[in-house]
Amino acid sequence: MSDETVTQIRNVLAQHGRLSTSADALAPDDDLFQAGLSSHASVNVMLAIEDSFDIEFPDSMLNRGVFSTINAIAGAVGQLQGEPAAG
Amino acid sequence: MSREVREASADQAEFLGELIEGGILLESGVPGVYGHNDTFEDIRERLAERLSSEASARGAERLRFPPVLPRRQLESSGYLASFPHLAGSVYSFEGDEADARVQADRAAAHEDWSEFQNPTELTMMPAACYPVYPSIARRGRLPAGGVFVDAGGAWVFRHEPSHDPMRRQIFHQHELVRIAEPDAVLEWRDEWANRGLELLRSFGLAAELDVANDPFFGRRGRMLARNQQAEKLKLELLVQIAGPEPTACASFNHHRDHFGSNYGIELSDGSTAHTACLGFGHERIVLGLLRAHGFDPAAWPAAVRAELWPSA
Repeated sequence: MSDETVTQIRNVLAQHGRLSTSADALAPDDDLFQAGLSSHASVNVMLAIEDSFDIEFPDSMLNRGVFSTINAIAGAVGQLQGEPAAG
Repeated sequence: MSREVREASADQAEFLGELIEGGILLESGVPGVYGHNDTFEDIRERLAERLSSEASARGAERLRFPPVLPRRQLESSGYLASFPHLAGSVYSFEGDEADARVQADRAAAHEDWSEFQNPTELTMMPAACYPVYPSIARRGRLPAGGVFVDAGGAWVFRHEPSHDPMRRQIFHQHELVRIAEPDAVLEWRDEWANRGLELLRSFGLAAELDVANDPFFGRRGRMLARNQQAEKLKLELLVQIAGPEPTACASFNHHRDHFGSNYGIELSDGSTAHTACLGFGHERIVLGLLRAHGFDPAAWPAAVRAELWPSA
């Protein structure tokens, strides 16, 4: 995962996460829900990540686990970017 | 364009037929909108009194609201993001005499007259607890221990036409609301979930308590629903009435600080209040009772009658 991806994710969290901790101060494995990410905010983060990376999360990825840490989000983004285009 | 009407299962359709045949439900011509006869209303009123007296015995304050919500409040509540498919808005005529004539002619011919209709400042009530939060917020900081409100059996609207008699478009949702410190709210929700379970069982209904989720809309909604399940924020009391699945007769929602922050409800120390509400569906419970014990309440088991008509 690139630093650029992580920076982009931090920017989305800062803008949409309504966290109690600054997004820059979070370690990649810190629990975002512990850091104040609410259920509604996690959905806004999900939609903003899709816009920011121009990807669409499949149904199976629309769950708390995928949005629980910066690393988990980056892993999911990497997985979707790595997939070949549908044509 | 009209919403597709949800089909009923064979036993739901049969039950609805019996209710109409027996004069218990009065058809309107629109699926999910029915009148009630005297038998139905007697049971429903006894149920409402029972719920309110349980709440009042535990310190609840009674508040009552009309079945319409200011549009601005719906707009700022987030309801349209989560449940756009269930919301209903009140529209009214705006135009001159010529417009009125065209509208009347088209309406008389059952053609589309919506172009003359504009949104009013009102919407249908989506959930009976909605008007409670801003009313309590306006009082300023809460007293120590918070508040407990009985909002009564209020009419609420959900646009989900169905031939299942348990799925109404408009029905009485009896809401109890707790606004207090986080621990107190969670404790209250769990305590009332069990009290509700015992109450329904005392009516002779085989109720079960289960974790549930709201019918949130779309992709965003699927994620909200899974979050809600994972965090056990919504509990339901389920009763098998008719159909392939049991019917939710009551639900217990823990909102955390969602409404507290939205409306700026402050605890005595200035921190944001947590909220929870529980809603009993009057019609569903009455239908459960009619299905379990028959259409003649005078012939119901004595133990059940004693719960609902204690002085009779």
